[in-house]
Amino acid sequence: MDLTSLFSIALGAILINNFIFAQFLGCCPFLGVSKKVDTAIGMGLAVTFVMGLASAVCWVVNEYLLVNPAIFGEEGPNLAFMQTIAFILVIAALVQFVEMFLKKSVPSLYQALGIYLPLITTNCAVLGVVLLNVQNDYNFIESVVYGVTGGLGFLLAIFLFASVRERLDATMECPKSFEGFPIALVTAGLLALSFMGFSGLSVF
Amino acid sequence: MDIKRQFKEGLVTQNPVLVQLLGMCSTMAITTVFFNGVGMGLSVLVILTCSNIVISALRKVIPDSIRIACFVVVIATFVTIVDLMLQAFVPALAESLGVFIPLIVVNCIILGRAEAFCYKNGVAASAVDGVFQGIGYTWVLVVMCLVREFLGNGTILGGLSFLNDGEGIRILPEGVGALGISLPVGGFLVLACLIAFMQWALSRNEGKKTETEEVAK
Repeated sequence: MDLTSLFSIALGAILINNFIFAQFLGCCPFLGVSKKVDTAIGMGLAVTFVMGLASAVCWVVNEYLLVNPAIFGEEGPNLAFMQTIAFILVIAALVQFVEMFLKKSVPSLYQALGIYLPLITTNCAVLGVVLLNVQNDYNFIESVVYGVTGGLGFLLAIFLFASVRERLDATMECPKSFEGFPIALVTAGLLALSFMGFSGLSVF
Repeated sequence: MDIKRQFKEGLVTQNPVLVQLLGMCSTMAITTVFFNGVGMGLSVLVILTCSNIVISALRKVIPDSIRIACFVVVIATFVTIVDLMLQAFVPALAESLGVFIPLIVVNCIILGRAEAFCYKNGVAASAVDGVFQGIGYTWVLVVMCLVREFLGNGTILGGLSFLNDGEGIRILPEGVGALGISLPVGGFLVLACLIAFMQWALSRNEGKKTETEEVAK
């Protein structure tokens, strides 16, 4: 493992395979919490934090409790089929922890995120990054880098989207049936189109 | 129990994707070939129905404060079962859906129905609800697949191994399709058009402004 591979993981997660625009992970909060830039940034940071933390914790859980559980001795059973259940429980616990932390130390952000904070549990980006870590056979450091940079990619996407949307809502007229959600999806689609430009970046 | 109303709600007026706006990720991500849409839709239908039945059966036992965690465990169990079954019997499908099968755990449709319906209703009503909401999800996926595959690739019914080795039936000559439609961009745009169409149809049907506002929310 060297810095180059970490860099290419980071570049891939932020730009080339952006979680929202290329992999469709985490679309619900992306579309739901993007009406204001401030809330969007708060949500992005919270998701980044949870994704990094979840990558680290789930890697340890997967390696030492599921794949070859040391607690059962040398020839332990392979519990890899429990991955989905184990990971979602770990993530739910982490989100609960972040929620309690925010409530105490940053109450304004806690208020702004509202219902969407507990919903980070059901954010596919978080479970997605953990599953992709396993699928790609990343080691501990690679997993954490992938988690954090994937979160940063999410932050970038939701920030850009919220900025565009704030202006659109104020100025634009569109056909009645496209009002609200559909036009937001079209906006996201155009952003995804521009992100496709990054797919030309060669990963070394 | 009003089966007719539940049928109409699941398929049209309370359609999970087009009206409740739930489960967008998978809807946009996997709808590139026909077989993916059918496979994903049916998997969700089965999981939704099973978890609806179990959750509504357990609704008096599950304490209110930790209900979400309980729901998630039930759902994750069924997702794991379906995931392993697909890997064993339809490996090609499991391969192309990839990470989106285990991600059904966090599909908002299932958790949403558990919270909004099963926690308050009986087993039979919940089972019916699961089937109809599942069908509502499946038809949207299938329509998305048909549109995106036809416009993007010029074929229909792709991914079925007995049709041209999964190539599907070619309608437009090769190279004519707008490749963008089968890329992520197309997912956003096609879904936007479908939701817009649904809003138009519902508002025309009701002929009331109030309804449009409610849908737009």
